[in-house]
Amino acid sequence: MLKIWSMKQKQQQAENAAAGGSKKKKITAAQLRVQKDLSELALGSTMRTDFPDPDDILNFILTIDPDEGMYVGGRFSFSFAINQNFPHDPPKVKCREKIYHPNIDLEGNVCLNILREDWKPVLNLNAVIVGLQFLFLEPNAADPLNKDAAEDLKTNRESFKRNVRASMAGGQVRKERFDKVTK
Amino acid sequence: MGTRPIHNDGKEHLKRIVTRPGPFTSSAAALGLETLETLERLKVLVIGAGGLGCELLKNLALSGFKDIHVIDMDIIDVSNLNRQFLFRHADVGKPKCDVAAKFVERRVPGVKITPYYGKIQDKDENYYMQFNVIICGLDSIEARRWINATVVGMVDENNPDSYKPLIDGGTEGFKGQAKVVLPTMTSCLECQLDMHAPRVQVPLCTLATVPRQPEHCIEWAHIIAWEEERKGDMLDTDDPDHISWLYRRALNRAQEFNISGVTYSLTQGVVKNIIPAIASTNAIVAASCCNEALKIATACNPCLGNLEDEEANTYMMYTGDDGIYTFTFRHEKKDDCPVCGTLAKELNVNETNTLAEFLEDLAARPETQIKKPTIRTNDKSLYYPSPPSLEEQTRPNLLKRLTDLVEDGEEMAVTDSDGSITFKFKLVFSSK
Repeated sequence: MLKIWSMKQKQQQAENAAAGGSKKKKITAAQLRVQKDLSELALGSTMRTDFPDPDDILNFILTIDPDEGMYVGGRFSFSFAINQNFPHDPPKVKCREKIYHPNIDLEGNVCLNILREDWKPVLNLNAVIVGLQFLFLEPNAADPLNKDAAEDLKTNRESFKRNVRASMAGGQVRKERFDKVTK
Repeated sequence: MGTRPIHNDGKEHLKRIVTRPGPFTSSAAALGLETLETLERLKVLVIGAGGLGCELLKNLALSGFKDIHVIDMDIIDVSNLNRQFLFRHADVGKPKCDVAAKFVERRVPGVKITPYYGKIQDKDENYYMQFNVIICGLDSIEARRWINATVVGMVDENNPDSYKPLIDGGTEGFKGQAKVVLPTMTSCLECQLDMHAPRVQVPLCTLATVPRQPEHCIEWAHIIAWEEERKGDMLDTDDPDHISWLYRRALNRAQEFNISGVTYSLTQGVVKNIIPAIASTNAIVAASCCNEALKIATACNPCLGNLEDEEANTYMMYTGDDGIYTFTFRHEKKDDCPVCGTLAKELNVNETNTLAEFLEDLAARPETQIKKPTIRTNDKSLYYPSPPSLEEQTRPNLLKRLTDLVEDGEEMAVTDSDGSITFKFKLVFSSK
């Protein structure tokens, strides 16, 4: 091991330090990983991304236009905030509209297992967007974040569907007014 | 405890170790009393002056190291005193590194400890270049990743002094680990990222609908109630008013669901993710880290990551919570590691080139051959062929001159279209 150091005196080290050191900013591991994830992203025709600041790939908006299921005809957007601890930490994802959905609360919090308890660094952004897409195809009454919506889905699927349509048009459901998300 | 200086009588034992090779000592090791002088000349950096840091500073000083530096950004809290034994009640509120340095200097004559009160990110490569060994006693993954990337990024193949062995200790309750990273030669901390168990999280819907434990009520107050009621207020987990607010909300919720056990200190523990620290685990892990430093410095015995053995172990884990178990193994380097998988290579480019011309050049060069590359610097997204919106936003850069986008010597990362390969380059501009 000693061999990898020349045991010569410090002057030489000082010279090397002056020559080799750099204050220039380096690309962070989180940026590199997001760059890799973005190039693997399969958005298809129902999703798009928008970068408010194109130089900042750690913050962006994902828009989903479901083409089947109960939420067809709506347009839903999610903010993605990724920190420098990614992929150890999951991205922070919030729905930007107030919508009627059993797994999304009125503040936009999303109950999706891989965003919290089941997140693993091997998962990527693609897994997250597939998960979000799935929430619109199969809203899940077993993991409620909006208890009223989950209750409606459980007790009467048809009336839940009607509520979804009313809420997407900007109407009221159970005295709560929702954002208009129809295109 | 007083501060009576003690004689460093360990030196007799040290002399024995550095003059008598053992059965596994490398034949290339030049052992002898000069080795001790080398040891005294070496500069060691300890990152963190907390639970592990106190142990490390004490151990290094007693093992013959004389020139020790320490960085820490924290001040002493009363809750540290049970295990961070270099601190006394009167020190509460002072920077950890300053107090720790003075204490060890007083107790071990002849040792110089240079403290720096601040963040590791305050310092640049010039600073880290002066050390021969860096030992981390950190509690955050983010800081580990930063120092790891810095140390790997400093490697210059033509300069043996630029390889800085990094020893990383970590503990959590009764569990701990000690590992050695020889930058670019063994697996780095980024290669091992998935070895860190993620924090156990409770599903959001459980918090929102059916809390069962006091922790669920606290997490609800932390994640949901704060957002709803104090939107725009940044939560500061060190602000007692903020913790009190969360505590009251959590308590109300717990009462609503007939749950007992929500207390102020539990609230603080959950919100700040405080993991019980056990003094003896710190002692075990720090002892192991210090011994690795001593072996790296003197070559008296093979260290973790020993270069003469391609199969050498690099990672020692210690588990004390279900009986007692240690296991030492080789963590394999990841070829696609974003930090040590590729090092930034210097690339000469004509300063009149546009980004588009540069990308064509990259596709043509035999060593890169990347088609449709994604390319960025720390500050700028230079060109992203996908997703479509980012392509549109970065397309205008293609016609710009490289010199308008990138500074001379700045690092850039180039990823191929399916994300499988990433190269890092430092551009050097030339006029022809």
